[in-house]
Amino acid sequence: MIDLSTKYLGLKLKNPVVASASPLTQDLDNFRRLEDAGASAIVMHSLFEEQINIESEELDRYLSTAEHVSAEAMDMFPEAGDYHLGPDEYLDQIVRAKAAVNVPIIGSLNGISPGGWTRYAKLIQDAGASALELNIYFIPTNPNIDAEQIENEYSYLVKEIKRGLSIPVAVKLSPFFTSMSAFAARLDKAGADGLVLFNRFYQPDYDLDELEVIPSLQLSRSNELRLRLHWTAILFGKIKADMAITGGVHTAEDVIKAMMAGARVAMTTSALLQNGIDYLRFVLTEVHDWLDKHEYESIQQMQGSMSHKAVRHPSAFERANYVKVLSSYAVR
Amino acid sequence: MSRLKVTIDGNEAAAYVAHKTNEVIAIYPITPSSPMGEWSDQWSSEGKPNIWGTIPLVIEMQSEAGAAGSLHGALQAGSLATTFTSAQGLLLMIPNMYKIAGELTPCVMHVAARSVAAQALSIFGDHQDVMAVRQTGWAMLSSNSVQEVMDMALIAQAASLESRVPFVHFFDGFRTSHEVAKVEQLTIEDMKAMIDDELVRQHRERALSPDRPVLRGTAQNPDVYFQARETVNPYYLAVPTIVQNAMDKFAKIVGRQYKLYEYVGAADAERVIVMMGSGAEVAQEAVEYMVAKGEKVGLLKLRLYRPFSIEHFIGALPKTTKAIAVLDRTKEPGATAEPLYMDVITALTESEVAPTFRPKVVGGRYGLSSKEFTPAMVKAVYDNLAKPKSKNHFTVGIIDDVTHTSLDVDHAFSTEDPKTVRALFYGLGADGTVGANKNSIKIIGEDTDNYAQGYFVYDSKKSGSLTTSHLRFGPKPIHSSYLITQANFVACHQFTFLEKIDVLKGAEKGATFLLNSPFSHDKVWDFLPRTVQQEIIDKKLKFYVIDGYEVAKQTGMGQRINTIMQTCFFAISGVLPREEAIDAIKKAIKKTYGKRGEAVVQKNFAAVDSSLANLFEVKVPAKATSNFDVKPPVPDAAPEYVKNVLGPIIKGDGDLLPVSKMPIDGTFPTGTAQWEKRNIALEIPEWDEELCIQCGKCVLVCPHAVIRAKVYDSDKLKGAPEKFKAVPARWQNFKEMKYTLQVAPEDCTGCAICIEACPAKSKTEVKHKAINMVPQIPLREQEAKNWDFFLNIPETDRKVLSTGQIKDVQLLQPLFEFSGACSGCGETPYIKLISQLFGDRTVIGNATGCSSIYGGNLPTTPYAFNNDGRGPAWSNSLFEDNAEFGLGIRLSIDKQTEFARELVQKLAVEIGSNLVNGLLTGDQSTEKGLEEQRARVVELKKKLGGIKSADAQALLVIADVLVKKSVWIVGGDGWAYDIGYGGLDHVIASGRNVNILVLDTEVYSNTGGQMSKSTPRGAVAKFAAGGKPRPKKDLAMMAVAYENVYVARVAFGSSDMQTLKAFIEAEAYDGPSLIIAYSHCIAHGYDLVHGLDQQKLAVQSGHWPLFRYNPMLKAQGKHPFILESKAPSIPLEKYIYNETRYSMLKHANPEVAQELLKGAQQDVNDRWKLYESYAAMPTNGNGAKPAAAEKKEEAVAATKGAGND
Repeated sequence: MIDLSTKYLGLKLKNPVVASASPLTQDLDNFRRLEDAGASAIVMHSLFEEQINIESEELDRYLSTAEHVSAEAMDMFPEAGDYHLGPDEYLDQIVRAKAAVNVPIIGSLNGISPGGWTRYAKLIQDAGASALELNIYFIPTNPNIDAEQIENEYSYLVKEIKRGLSIPVAVKLSPFFTSMSAFAARLDKAGADGLVLFNRFYQPDYDLDELEVIPSLQLSRSNELRLRLHWTAILFGKIKADMAITGGVHTAEDVIKAMMAGARVAMTTSALLQNGIDYLRFVLTEVHDWLDKHEYESIQQMQGSMSHKAVRHPSAFERANYVKVLSSYAVR
Repeated sequence: MSRLKVTIDGNEAAAYVAHKTNEVIAIYPITPSSPMGEWSDQWSSEGKPNIWGTIPLVIEMQSEAGAAGSLHGALQAGSLATTFTSAQGLLLMIPNMYKIAGELTPCVMHVAARSVAAQALSIFGDHQDVMAVRQTGWAMLSSNSVQEVMDMALIAQAASLESRVPFVHFFDGFRTSHEVAKVEQLTIEDMKAMIDDELVRQHRERALSPDRPVLRGTAQNPDVYFQARETVNPYYLAVPTIVQNAMDKFAKIVGRQYKLYEYVGAADAERVIVMMGSGAEVAQEAVEYMVAKGEKVGLLKLRLYRPFSIEHFIGALPKTTKAIAVLDRTKEPGATAEPLYMDVITALTESEVAPTFRPKVVGGRYGLSSKEFTPAMVKAVYDNLAKPKSKNHFTVGIIDDVTHTSLDVDHAFSTEDPKTVRALFYGLGADGTVGANKNSIKIIGEDTDNYAQGYFVYDSKKSGSLTTSHLRFGPKPIHSSYLITQANFVACHQFTFLEKIDVLKGAEKGATFLLNSPFSHDKVWDFLPRTVQQEIIDKKLKFYVIDGYEVAKQTGMGQRINTIMQTCFFAISGVLPREEAIDAIKKAIKKTYGKRGEAVVQKNFAAVDSSLANLFEVKVPAKATSNFDVKPPVPDAAPEYVKNVLGPIIKGDGDLLPVSKMPIDGTFPTGTAQWEKRNIALEIPEWDEELCIQCGKCVLVCPHAVIRAKVYDSDKLKGAPEKFKAVPARWQNFKEMKYTLQVAPEDCTGCAICIEACPAKSKTEVKHKAINMVPQIPLREQEAKNWDFFLNIPETDRKVLSTGQIKDVQLLQPLFEFSGACSGCGETPYIKLISQLFGDRTVIGNATGCSSIYGGNLPTTPYAFNNDGRGPAWSNSLFEDNAEFGLGIRLSIDKQTEFARELVQKLAVEIGSNLVNGLLTGDQSTEKGLEEQRARVVELKKKLGGIKSADAQALLVIADVLVKKSVWIVGGDGWAYDIGYGGLDHVIASGRNVNILVLDTEVYSNTGGQMSKSTPRGAVAKFAAGGKPRPKKDLAMMAVAYENVYVARVAFGSSDMQTLKAFIEAEAYDGPSLIIAYSHCIAHGYDLVHGLDQQKLAVQSGHWPLFRYNPMLKAQGKHPFILESKAPSIPLEKYIYNETRYSMLKHANPEVAQELLKGAQQDVNDRWKLYESYAAMPTNGNGAKPAAAEKKEEAVAATKGAGND
């Protein structure tokens, strides 16, 4: 009997394939379907503090600007009884998801203010989330903010949030840190229970007819996995925090590679958006078959087996690897 | 029993009782009564029950006539029913009022009494409307204050049920209806105790029911009608006693005793005023003051006006009365006198004491259209009575230098209680000042023992409007129903007001002055006009400043300074201890904004805290030092009429204009908005002439006609100001000429829509366009000079322009400019386009609504004229009859044209055959043809001058009609879809050559956002608080069904070319034309700078398919229906959820929003299918090709976005 189970953030999961944050989790039915297809845990779409604030401020602004236009039109809209602004809808979704499925539900939060992070983190915990993923989605555009300042803030944030929570906390990171290893260690020290590698950002595209910038997010592809494998393999064994790979996990092979690099779970979204939720079942079957065929007993057995510290030539993860790749192009 | 103290206005007070004591409420919006319907609708949608535990059913009707009809029906079927209205609305109810009274049906309608449109419309208060129904058989009960409104609403309800006579309960519109005051709220128990359920049962038993069938509403003949009409007499005779009994019962339950005719003043008064309404409150204040000084004066306040009880009236007058002044707040031209005066005369003559009690009686008019009525005027009335020969039929409050009716008033006479705090605030409509002050008065009313009163005055502009808030509070009840002229606190929330108006005129000695200033406390002095400096010194004002906008910016409040200025007011006025005040403000913030989310609450809290740290007292220098002063309201170059009449109105001194300065028939000159330099834009567009491709799109979309273009010979540049810009014209046929795009810096409202429309972007930095927003102040002077120079460059010759192209249309002079419409208005570009294309030969009939307000509200009008003195002639008849009004104009022109042609033929010999031929057959379809015809008419007139015959003289008078005239009927969707639909339908069926423009904002914008039948499914509007559950009416297809009507559905932001085509074709079509124009609007709830984008999305989503239906094509064997937009390419939600009217429902009730979205999407899909199949359908079986195929190329061109045409 092959044991596909894994442990992530202290949660015992029946397999390493986690459905990661996506629009799919906005619909309650999809939770059931994901569980049926075999997802071992489900990460909710992110609660964006900024979005809540924007919605709230826009509502206020547009209700207000339409006020006192003239003596005849002192306002333009009827007073609504109440507005579902803020996290209510999101928290309700956690409660309903918890009731609908047995797999752990991992909340995801993107805050902008220190107060917002801690307040919403607590609310997500109270709604019944098994763990919290901090989706720190921040693009430093201000040249006056240096790397140290940013890293300090991340570290402080993790400490603060951990202080107020009893559930485990994972941090979803971008790949854009000068010294990823040192920074991962800092977060580890700050108390992060897991690191999720890596966030994928919206990237601007250009409309050449209108000369306008269009923000867009393309679905991931398998080749994006390598960056994640690279850093997971390097960090494995050097930090306490569990690692999860997200971005580029499309096939059973991708899952297995993630495990070998040292991840506890592999998160998939794009593949499900492209192929449907049931595709997850197919991936899991293939993972099982691969382990069977190659006579592995368990997933845990292979976790980290091809990490930086576990391979004969760790230089493959270092500069030599770069040279090798280049030369491989040269031969063609 | 302890009752809740609430700080509310008269409308809310009336609606509160009405909603609690009725079951069916039929409503229609009309200012100033609309809030009563809105409150009722809101309370019903919130599930608030009446005193019997059931939620009243509220329905919005298509007009007041409809509301009255439904009211009648609901009553006849046994419900307790009510309605609310004002002015013309009440007049529309008259036929049903006769019926309801004739059938002795208990009912109370609540009227915020308002002026009736005569020489002009006015939304303000007087008794002209209620006086027009005094003959209908309804009892009439007047309330003089907000507390009375609540009390009388209940007393009327009780008395009506008992007497079976219906009641009009009225109070002064825009005084009592909108005055916020602290009142004691009646309880459910009070209402239950007052309403006798047995009487309700009897009412139900009289109802029409098949279970006990009766016949009601018969036709009667000469034999019995008269007798039947007299049957009701005993019921009317009983009313006064029933009302007094109800008042007495009310006194026992609630503790406030009212009388039908209530006397206040000296017991031995010799001079007595008789009046009703809010003016009686003012008179009471004056009487109490004068009596305290030993004067023998008194006041008889009338509450029950109909039926008039002589016995009670005489009984209430002191026996010592020697002289009576009856004050009527109405005008009945040609009558022997106004109605209340005549009633009093009759009462005195008919009373039993008449032989011995014969006081002198005079009558006078006051307070029309909310004209101020002050204690000084009351004093003037008493002074008049004291004279041996008192002036009769006088006026008070105006200067009548024509028929000399007015009394002299000593304005220094004041009865203000020194213990009452009087605070005056000047703000902008958009800065939140009024809202904050309403909040403040609630805080004071509800958190302190003070009595409180708030009243708010707006100017007539929708963009950059000046608001004045008048707040009074103090330990004694406040009867001062008049504006504050001696304030001990003055706040000016906009620094720019200082150069426009004398804000300190009303400050009393030692008052506190709070100024929102961009200049710090140690620098501000040098930026104050000299008058302001002198007033601060002379009146020894305590002077504080805060940079409210900076604090707002720092705390995320944007342009909203409401909370900041409110905090400062509490901090320095000392109404409450500072800490207590801050707590109260924060509590109010939580209450007001809590629903809108924590972020909003937090930023307001931050603003409160930050305000105190940024509030500074100014050390006032001993001398005024400025060498500049408050500006005159209009420049010196303005015509005399503008300077002498409109100028004072602009300045806020309209009250001082004597009767002789006013036109006798409501006629005003056009072209006057140009003189009112409002300077309200913080940023204005600046032209980059190098980058500009001269496409004219910015000119087209500008809502205020402040961007103009001209092509001209380069020699016209002689004497140009140094910074005047000109570049070679990019036209094939104007190659050698110059082009200038010029902005009117002082008229721009800063909406920035032009920037959105500009397709030309810099190749090195795409955010830089051919037109860009820059701060106004540094450019103001230079660009004002450039603008003046630009205006003097001759207009481009219309004959050589191709009006079918936007590029050429930009060169046509707009004859609709600088309106007071909202910044970024989506309606005005369409009107401006009419004025450019046909303005010099257009007559406009305009329905009441936004377009009649920004089009024709004094002081100035945007309708203008060209160098030949020609321009649109404009008039507003009513809301309900605009189509008919426009048709009448058409008929009149057609008849005169026919007559003129007959006379031309008749006088052919004298005129000469060539000219006759030209006049009768000349082509007038082009600008060239029109110009030639005008030349022929000039020649004709010359010839006619020399012919003595009556025919020649008759022709001379009307000869101008021989030049083709264009009649436009303009109005909003409230008019076209609802109240005016019956007329509109009839007019388009008439086949006459009228052009109808429906400015479709999908909501009643002018009266504050009530649902119309144009409101789309899922949109939130007043009376559709839960989102409109039914789809939008397809007015366009209803008109298409006639087949002989030109119909177009346009959206200039989506396709300016299609819009242009539609206007040209509509005008060219010799029959009725209907253009339904998508008009983005502030009532949609988003920043209107994105108006064009929203128009595109409306079209792309299929919500607003573009089409033209041209019956002329059918005559040519072509398909008349040209569907010009593509199949929906984006889901509806991508369009609608950018707008608060939809998104607020998503926040308020996500499930319902989802359901309505689904329905709305289905509406779009279905309609598209219908349109598509219609466009593809062969017509008349004559084998005409489907237009879709034939016009494909054209359609594709037309649907390209504004940037691509």
